[in-house]
Amino acid sequence: MTGFYIVLLFLLTGIFIAGMSLAVSRILQTRKAYPEKYISYECGELPAGESWIQFNNRFYIIALIFIIFDVEVLFMFPWAVVFDEYGLLAFVEMLIFIVILLVGLAYVWAKGDLNWIKPRPQLAHLPKEKGE
Amino acid sequence: MTQTGNIILDVVIIVIKIVIVLGVNLTIVAYLTLAERRVSAFMQDRLGPNRVGPAGLLQPIADGIKFFTKEEIIPAQSSKLIYLMAPSFVLFPAFLTYAVIPVGPTFSAWGYSFQMEIANLNIGILYILALTSFVVYGVVLAGWSSNSKYPLIGGLRSAAQMISYELPLGLSIIGVLMIVGSLRLSEIVNFQTHLLWGFLPRWNVVLQPLGFLIFLIAAFAESNRLPFDMAEAEPELVGGYHTEYGSMKFASFMLGEYAGMITSAALMTTLFFGGWDFPWVNESALGVWGILLAVIAFSLKTGFFLFLYLWVRWTLPRFRYDQLMRLGWKILLPLALVNIVVTAIVMAFLA
Repeated sequence: MTGFYIVLLFLLTGIFIAGMSLAVSRILQTRKAYPEKYISYECGELPAGESWIQFNNRFYIIALIFIIFDVEVLFMFPWAVVFDEYGLLAFVEMLIFIVILLVGLAYVWAKGDLNWIKPRPQLAHLPKEKGE
Repeated sequence: MTQTGNIILDVVIIVIKIVIVLGVNLTIVAYLTLAERRVSAFMQDRLGPNRVGPAGLLQPIADGIKFFTKEEIIPAQSSKLIYLMAPSFVLFPAFLTYAVIPVGPTFSAWGYSFQMEIANLNIGILYILALTSFVVYGVVLAGWSSNSKYPLIGGLRSAAQMISYELPLGLSIIGVLMIVGSLRLSEIVNFQTHLLWGFLPRWNVVLQPLGFLIFLIAAFAESNRLPFDMAEAEPELVGGYHTEYGSMKFASFMLGEYAGMITSAALMTTLFFGGWDFPWVNESALGVWGILLAVIAFSLKTGFFLFLYLWVRWTLPRFRYDQLMRLGWKILLPLALVNIVVTAIVMAFLA
């Protein structure tokens, strides 16, 4: 039996145990249903408006940057394993790769996309806030 | 013995190993919840739960029974299928990672070579990284499918935090891989059993101190523990992405979180602190006692890192979210890249 069949066996055992625990729980629990119980939680008040609220779009930018960097990190794993055999050649090639990666990071950094708190945009046609 | 006989023996041994590993880990998870409360109480000069059984030792069982008998509520607004699937995305990856962590050296008995891990995969590290990344799906889907405001915000925050710290986590391991030259966890441990300059154990923490520090910080952030527990910041977000979950499904999230803690503690031991290696002793030459010594050494090291989790929780205050992002992207990520370049320079020119 090779490694991945064993992992599959392990997964099946895990699913079996988890399924059993959910099933036992379903048998043991008491159920008293009334409609108020199934309302979304909002500190005891009735939910106001939609729950798909607007959120900070920086989450989206962080996710985009992550995907780019994660793919680059993935390329480094095979390189790291064979590094000792190829020596200087592997070193120079990866140095070039890491520099390109760093340029990307420096660009995102300089654009301010890594800053979570941004200064308020100052537009000419907007009246200035009081106290500025 | 015949061919089929061998295969049947293999399968039986593997099933026994799976049952032992799952049983031991579920027990540790249960008692980790108790340990967390007792240690917290000790650090705050309280007593903690000590009523159920001698010194509170039956408390996890009481908690388990309570979870089993609680009513399951599926909010009417939720996306049912995803809502039901999300806890398993958190639970299974955390447990599946135990399959490749070696707790002792390979030994031969009765003409049978016995491995002290369930599956000796040639891509062990990648397997673990892939599974830990999977947890993010569980968190995002749980937050989104609950269709409620607090879980949505908690899920987004948690996901952004986890993916931000996944990069330093992966990069900090690369230094180790360059030195060892293998992704197989048993080979990484074997590499560390030798001595450096004749007296110092050649553990990777000695060769990669910066790598270990980055890995430690990133692992704390990955498992959503204080000082990085923005996801479930109780005062503002109620409970984060699992606000709408109850009964065994909530227990699944908790089990997954604690199992993840054990995984990262075991990984720190395996990658940086010599795994099952007891320094200055050749375990393979001692037979059964050597195996016992190795398992004890592994458990002690992992236990220490689990204690470190609880210790840090009551030592450091919670980060602010912008501080968390700055630490991950502007400090840890460049440091991890520097670590790789320095390691490469030392290996290419000095070796």
